[in-house]
Amino acid sequence: MASFAGVDYYDTDSLLSEEERAVRDTIRAWVDERLLPVISRCYAEHRFPSELIPQMAEFGVFGANMPEKYGCAELNNVAYGLIMQELERGDSGIRSFASVQSSLVMYPILEFGSEGQRMHWLPKLAKAEVVGCYGLTEPDYGSDPGGLTTRAVKDGNEWVISGTKMWITNGSIADIAIIWAKTGALDDPGSIRGFVVETDRDGYVAKDQEGKLSLLASDTSEISLQEVRVPSENLLPGSSGLTSPLMCLNQARYGIAWGAVGAAMACYEEALSYAKNRVQFDRVIAGYQIQQIRLVEMLTEITKAQLLAIQLGRLKDRGELRHTQVSMAKRNNVNVACEVAREARRLLGANGILLEYQSMRHMANLESVYTYEGTHDIHGLIVGEEITGISALR
Amino acid sequence: MNIIVCVKRVPDSESRIVLGGDGRSIDTQGIKYVLNPYDEYAVEEALRLKEGAGAGSVTVMTLGGEESKETLRTALAMGADQAVLLKGHPSSDGLGTAEKLAAAIKEREYDVVLFGKQAIDDDNLQVPAMVAELLQLPCATVVVAVKIDGNKVTAEREVEGGHEIVEFELPGVIAAQKGLNEPRYPSLKGIMAAKKKPLEEVDVGDAEERLDFIELMNPPERAAGEIVGEGPDAVPELVRRLREKAKAL
Repeated sequence: MASFAGVDYYDTDSLLSEEERAVRDTIRAWVDERLLPVISRCYAEHRFPSELIPQMAEFGVFGANMPEKYGCAELNNVAYGLIMQELERGDSGIRSFASVQSSLVMYPILEFGSEGQRMHWLPKLAKAEVVGCYGLTEPDYGSDPGGLTTRAVKDGNEWVISGTKMWITNGSIADIAIIWAKTGALDDPGSIRGFVVETDRDGYVAKDQEGKLSLLASDTSEISLQEVRVPSENLLPGSSGLTSPLMCLNQARYGIAWGAVGAAMACYEEALSYAKNRVQFDRVIAGYQIQQIRLVEMLTEITKAQLLAIQLGRLKDRGELRHTQVSMAKRNNVNVACEVAREARRLLGANGILLEYQSMRHMANLESVYTYEGTHDIHGLIVGEEITGISALR
Repeated sequence: MNIIVCVKRVPDSESRIVLGGDGRSIDTQGIKYVLNPYDEYAVEEALRLKEGAGAGSVTVMTLGGEESKETLRTALAMGADQAVLLKGHPSSDGLGTAEKLAAAIKEREYDVVLFGKQAIDDDNLQVPAMVAELLQLPCATVVVAVKIDGNKVTAEREVEGGHEIVEFELPGVIAAQKGLNEPRYPSLKGIMAAKKKPLEEVDVGDAEERLDFIELMNPPERAAGEIVGEGPDAVPELVRRLREKAKAL
């Protein structure tokens, strides 16, 4: 398979350091050589390619932007973003796995865990000896997670957790779950705390989500917790209120803003190459105005999204990033990727519906990405509240 | 085991080569450069030999400009211990380059010198053998397997239509062919560590140039293919043409 040369109309490469480019090129080569050759089959078989996890761990993909003392590569956030970009150029399901492991499992342990919990879990998670999942969303509480009804009740030296979590990536393959539950009254989101729950504990059941038409090469589950008992030291001591799980989501959204650019780049490249080879009415379709404009629109939006992602990363590395800026980038870049994937699919004509090509797979995946980690609309309202000072939600 | 690996910065094989205005050079604008792919096998083999021996060091060396540091750091990210940049312009034929490399290698401690069998830019296949000659060392080129036992090297070479096994005593030169190993990906930690590894710079001046470039040309445009028919009915005609016109059968 020919290697991916990148989409870089504005020489954004010159905004990256040599190490950042080296990190990207390494993951890029791996995606070309190891992921792309197997992803269509996995997608058709509705199977997450778990055989690739050890290789990703060997690179140091998981928690790549976290401290060395926990076994991580301590990359900056731009390099981390570029990893997400390249993984999602392969498939959103693979990037989702990496996002969950890094941003939703390792991050809460790093941020809200005790030093003991960090030393115990983070090196194992970085090596993927332990796989994690993240339980916040519930059947009745998606965009409004503060209403969650999972309860954690103290009983001696144990917490007893009961509730149902939904749309849990890695839910069935995880060894541990970060479960968010209320320790006080159900109308008190301030009582939300995070717990590390080993998935082999009695009362923990994960059930594969059936009937998905998106993210087919990813594991999505519903988790039921029936009086699951965990020792009191499984509480993440630093977690406090709804802000804590939202901070995790903010990390994941940052990676998604980059990842979406990767998916869009894959679709654009496929569309451009197809247009230059497909002959209709005795010439290649790339010569027709409608396809040229279509391609230019795609490239323009990708270029804007790339610049947004890089500046987002620089702000994060400087410690000046506001969560509302992440919302804007997640919202914009995923939307761009959705549009680019759809236009690419259309340009490919009948071939565009085949799994042999990438665009429709990305298009279907991106509908999930558009929806999860804060929907497109909710992110709009987060930015809207900041600029007007008025919440549209309450 | 102390190993020196000579490497070269070359255009990525995916790059589209455009001739420069003078007709004697290529336009470097927009070209992505990489560590020569055959050198990747050499670096990988060096790392394995060192790991197998349990001791020693791997030094990567190149003749080139400031920009070649990136190429050296790629090898450092894979796991090489240190790098040497011989600052100077390589020659178009192999000998000038080989002289610079040999002079630098001579001053260092080494058991084995590894090369890729050729650089994919000028495809000369000269430098490894010339360096060996200049250093009066045994040399095995186009190598697909290496075993080192004490001082004795057994190397398997790819030759026309088969393989041959050669033996020689260390020190010696080995030029790697595709298939020698599967080069590792640099780890992310390796990439970050590469910046901190020693990179020595030595001004050696430009290599002596014994060839003059007169002209560079693009390969002729390939003629469009012919479709002889479709389905099983087309097979006899296809076979006939392959046999009679293309003489491929």
